[in-house]
Amino acid sequence: MAEVFPHVHQWRLAGRFPQRYDSAGMESSPVWHPVKFLGVFTDFPTLSSVCLPSKEYRVAISKPLSLDQLKAMTKVLRRHIVRMTTEAGSGHPSSSMSAVEMVTALFFGGFMEHDPAQPRWKNRDRFILSKGHAVPVLYAALAEAGYFPVEELMTLRKLGSRLEGHPNMKRLDCIEASTGSLGQGLSVGIGQALACRMDGLSAHTYVMMGDGEMGEGQVWEALASAEKYKLANLTAIIDQNGYQQTGATKDVLKLTEFQPKLEAFGWHVQTINGNVIEEVIEALKVARSVKDNPTAIVSHTQKGFGILPILAPTGDLNYHGKPLSKELAEKALALLAD
Amino acid sequence: MTIGQAAGLKLGKAVRDAFGVALKELGNDFPDVVTVDGDVGNSTRTEVFAKAFPERGFNVGIAESNMVGIAAGLAAAGKIPVVSSFAAFLTCNAYDQIRMCVAYPHLNVKMVGSHAGISIGEDGASQMAIEDIALMSALPGVAVVVPADAPSTKHLVKGMLEHVGPVYLRCGRIDVPEIYGPDSVLTIGKANQLRDGKNLTIIANGLMVGIALDAAVALEAKGITARVLDLHTVSPIDEEAIVKAVKETGRLVVAEEHLPHGGVGSAVASVTAQLAPCPIEFVNIGNTYAESGDPEGLLVKYGLTAEAIVAAAEKVCSR
Ligand SMILES: Cc1ncc(C[n+]2csc(CCOP(=O)(O)OP(=O)(O)O)c2C)c(N)n1
Ligand SMILES: [Mg+2]
Repeated sequence: MAEVFPHVHQWRLAGRFPQRYDSAGMESSPVWHPVKFLGVFTDFPTLSSVCLPSKEYRVAISKPLSLDQLKAMTKVLRRHIVRMTTEAGSGHPSSSMSAVEMVTALFFGGFMEHDPAQPRWKNRDRFILSKGHAVPVLYAALAEAGYFPVEELMTLRKLGSRLEGHPNMKRLDCIEASTGSLGQGLSVGIGQALACRMDGLSAHTYVMMGDGEMGEGQVWEALASAEKYKLANLTAIIDQNGYQQTGATKDVLKLTEFQPKLEAFGWHVQTINGNVIEEVIEALKVARSVKDNPTAIVSHTQKGFGILPILAPTGDLNYHGKPLSKELAEKALALLAD
Repeated sequence: MTIGQAAGLKLGKAVRDAFGVALKELGNDFPDVVTVDGDVGNSTRTEVFAKAFPERGFNVGIAESNMVGIAAGLAAAGKIPVVSSFAAFLTCNAYDQIRMCVAYPHLNVKMVGSHAGISIGEDGASQMAIEDIALMSALPGVAVVVPADAPSTKHLVKGMLEHVGPVYLRCGRIDVPEIYGPDSVLTIGKANQLRDGKNLTIIANGLMVGIALDAAVALEAKGITARVLDLHTVSPIDEEAIVKAVKETGRLVVAEEHLPHGGVGSAVASVTAQLAPCPIEFVNIGNTYAESGDPEGLLVKYGLTAEAIVAAAEKVCSR
């Protein structure tokens, strides 16, 4: 740009266009500045994963873990989620917890071909977290997959950290879309899927939405347009955990029978218990085998799954948008121990 | 009033027509370009491209939010999507999507709004984008471009495709006089001086450039000579040209087919306030929505005329 638009270059120097907007965009990955730790968990062993060294996984990146390993990985991710949000002092652990089995199966069950050594590899399978507030589950998976050190998880939401409160693709190459304003990820996924198909790539795009998020009109625009283009390389996942910010999803809007609605939009739809990893794996296999339509998985889950015995006594089963206190976090970690 | 008559300009094509043709002509040189439309490709003229390259044109229905999101996904996967609708629907209906999916991740999406301004005429205020420049130039890293005529549109469309990063291109509906020639040089971010003068500078863009040239002729008859700058790029703004104009002519009139707040006038004033304070007068549609009517009648009623610019110029010269 500096050569083609010398005057623009000058403005950049004058501070008109900040430096970070000058590059081609996604390829730039600003340096990670060290951040201050609150040190909530100094009494815990360091975070490096207990049962599955990231390094080995990196070598055999497309080789799926065994069922036992996958189950162990769900615990690892859940522990990361608890620790990082409690350390951050804010965030959405319960929204992250419901999605753990799905994210684990996708990243470690052989459904996502990707390479931490080249995050923007053209033929990678893509995962877009449209419900961006649940990003702790994504960061946990990305760290375990080898995109960045697991220690960095503890920088979540701190000034200077790449791990912002909602996904920011400008700061991390392994993030496929900047999300956080609900309702938009499926459209972005359609664009990715269209481009991959135009380029003759076999890549598959997965988009995860919340059940409350389904209230956004844009989602239904997107559902219609994906059917028009018969995007069999696209899978929408609805993490139907039954709650949204202010209460039960069915009380806010009665949209909650998703299977018939999505079928009416021409999608191939499966409804599963999304906290049972065997069911998740089967559904993802079917989704990949459908060749003529976009596919959806209505994933019935429980918000806060995995730590519900800790949340239940608080009387708040939604537990939306707040971290566990240090005390509750310790109980949760004990519950999630191997 | 016939725009450009006093300045001796001949009528050319509308900016939207020039955009559609230019896009089609550049289609082979830019194989990654695709169009994403919301059921108005025949109005925005992307259909010219989409008919020539059917496998590269997507009509996703009357769903602007989804349309912008899809464009972002295409850009993230390496395409150069040109996403278009009426400027009002593109920028207002999909503003959050533009902010979240295009500007914030700084993706290479080209956003083209047709039917901008009150000169669209009979369709009335619901279809008139009069706030789009304020909205789009508020977004960090988004280049905002407003061509004045058909020949400059051709150059600026090429510039838009070459530019790395998000661009908003504003197009008008009606035929406008030709100001530039096929060999003119237009660069995104660099204002073009169309005429020189000593007493003031008239800064304009889009439809108002032809009107500004008419005003400059009328002013000359009154013994006032005006420089005319086509500020076709509102963001990033050409500070150098503005500061030079203030240093050499001392006074400004800024004319735009837009609301008074957040448009070219505001952008120019914020440059001069910092770098070269000077008297400025503003010509715009006023703080109001317009209405149905014939384009010329509307321009007269809402004060977008050579006479209005002349009056503003005389006022600024008396300050
Ligand atoms: C457009 C938009 N509106 C509101 C919010 C605020 N918000 C964040 S999370 C949330 C609830 C989301 O519920 P759901 O989609 O069911 O996700 P869950 O947390 O239950 O997984 C809301 C309203 C937002 N992020 N974006
Ligand atoms: Mg929910």
